[in-house]
Amino acid sequence: MQILIYILKRILQTIPLLIIVSLISFFIIRLSPVDPLAELRLNPSVSKETLQKETERLGLDKPIIVQYGKWAKSFVKGDLGVTSNGEQVSTKLKERIPNTLLLTVIVIFLSWAVGVPLGILAAVNWKTPFDRILTVLTSIGMAIPSFFFAVLLLIFAVKTGWFPVGGLTSSNFLDMTFPQKVLDITHHLVLPVTVLFTLSLAGLQRQMRGNLLDVLDSDYVKFARAKGLSEFKVIFKHALRNAVNPLITLLGFEFAGLLSGAALTEYVFQYPGLGRLILEAVLKSDINLVMASLMMGAVMLILGNLIADILLIITDPRIREGSQA
Amino acid sequence: MIKDLFKQLWKDKFARIAVIVLGIIYFALFFADFIAPYTKDFSDRSMAYVPPSKIFTIDENGKLSRPYTYNYKREFEPNDLKIIYTLDRSQKHYVKFFAQGQPYKFLGLIPMKRHFVTTDESGRLFLLGTDINGRDVFSRILFGGRISMTIGFLALFVLFPIGLLYGGIAGYFGGKVDMIMMRFAEAVMSIPSFYLLIILASILPSGMTSVQRFMLIVIILALIGWAGFARVVRGMVLSIKNQEYVQAAKSIGASRLRIIVKHILPQTTSFVIVAMTLSVPSYILSESGLSFLGLGIQQPDASWGNMLKEAQEYTNIIYRPWLLTPGFLIFIAVLAFNLIGDTIRDILDPKSKTR
Repeated sequence: MQILIYILKRILQTIPLLIIVSLISFFIIRLSPVDPLAELRLNPSVSKETLQKETERLGLDKPIIVQYGKWAKSFVKGDLGVTSNGEQVSTKLKERIPNTLLLTVIVIFLSWAVGVPLGILAAVNWKTPFDRILTVLTSIGMAIPSFFFAVLLLIFAVKTGWFPVGGLTSSNFLDMTFPQKVLDITHHLVLPVTVLFTLSLAGLQRQMRGNLLDVLDSDYVKFARAKGLSEFKVIFKHALRNAVNPLITLLGFEFAGLLSGAALTEYVFQYPGLGRLILEAVLKSDINLVMASLMMGAVMLILGNLIADILLIITDPRIREGSQA
Repeated sequence: MIKDLFKQLWKDKFARIAVIVLGIIYFALFFADFIAPYTKDFSDRSMAYVPPSKIFTIDENGKLSRPYTYNYKREFEPNDLKIIYTLDRSQKHYVKFFAQGQPYKFLGLIPMKRHFVTTDESGRLFLLGTDINGRDVFSRILFGGRISMTIGFLALFVLFPIGLLYGGIAGYFGGKVDMIMMRFAEAVMSIPSFYLLIILASILPSGMTSVQRFMLIVIILALIGWAGFARVVRGMVLSIKNQEYVQAAKSIGASRLRIIVKHILPQTTSFVIVAMTLSVPSYILSESGLSFLGLGIQQPDASWGNMLKEAQEYTNIIYRPWLLTPGFLIFIAVLAFNLIGDTIRDILDPKSKTR
């Protein structure tokens, strides 16, 4: 019950955060000298009525605070306006967000599945050649610019022809059976996932290793050892639980980093995700689309942090008790 | 204290290598005008996408000779519809050291003509090939490095005072001030940083001089990073502010700003040093990413990121791999900074066992 109340509180906290985020984004975008409807005006396929409707919807003839109010109202209702091609922004986002989520969730899952065990192994074998080699490898993984790594993998893909270059699906995707479709998407995902996986794995492994080393130094672990517990029990029953907690806090940050890293990776691989959408929107100064995708990025990030916090509440009882005090 | 730090840094094998590597890079960048065979804007349009010059030390008779090179000839292959480059073996061009070459202003002040390495006037020495405009990649790497390797530091010098003061004030005042300030910082952190970065970069008005653009990109990079830093500073200030010496300062009647700036913030120095060295690489990466997308440093100025922009085309990366060199340099620089940052953290925080 207490857990539920605390979780509810934490969820309510995100509302003011979202409002401030939207204010910041709105003012940044409106501060730019770009006419939000310029592209729309130049597009002959966009009717005068749509234009009029957009002007009214955005309240462009009114002061900026009113504009923000109007924008916020329609945002909450789910009306995000039209892109410079006259498409609905919301359909565009619905198309792209699942792709970015797919990419980042796979990467997070994989990097945890590999990074945590590697971190434990390195900490247990502290200062052995195994640990040193891993440290060197993670240093390399952390230093490669994501876009450069992506470009290198592209060369590899083009030269060997083993992997499709760009996109998420093949051109004959619609004619495929379901298992073929899954296989096709997996095939397309290999390269972008490899890039992001390398980046996040390196950071995660280091963090896990550092945490576990800190915990292994603490008194209660020494006590557990002194009791004569097997090393296996000391690590997995006692030390690990505390070493993982900071990682869960980091999950939210990791998600943020991945969203940013994904933007460049998506761009290089022509992957139809949110990052590439925002980039294209920015290059075309498609204001509605930029604003909406910026907000969606922020919403995803805030949700990621929220999930991480809730997980932490569940795994770490100290936090619940702290909240009552 | 800084001297001590450096001494300990030097003791560590990896850190020493990293310091030396960065030292060489910065040295080369500082003397870029002299080391580069060509100036930043030199371009030979007939020499677009020329591969790296081959340097020979053994002549056609099999005898040892002074190093020399041949120019490339551009030929159109009518069968394959391809442009190929062959060596023009009719004329040797000797590689000359400390010889007269293109005029430049050393450090922007002293007019000079001598270059570390060059060749005779009709010869072309492209150590790392050329780009689409026939500009020497090696020379541009040196000039571009000046931007790529300083922009991170400049951003940090803008960002750290802001973050320190912001975190200091929030932490020291506490209560409502703290809550409002931190909510704002959290909101900034909740926007995916790279999204914010490209949006801020894209609203920069066009038609700025390159210096203006450079400065604005520095400011944008700083705008992205201050919030996270301020939050950590705030946490530290919260734990420092109740110590006795702070209360002593208060009882003397020091103003609040003075207490924050003179008494509390200096306590965070070692954290600031660690945070700074650890965050330089991320700014180098951000700038290169931004320029790679065409939103950062613009042509004709060079930066390692915008030089890699050409590597976006498949034909370029497969047939002209020399265009990828800036990517390896970014990698090496970031690796070196990370190594130094890790070592400094270990030195300043003996409890940490990151290495």
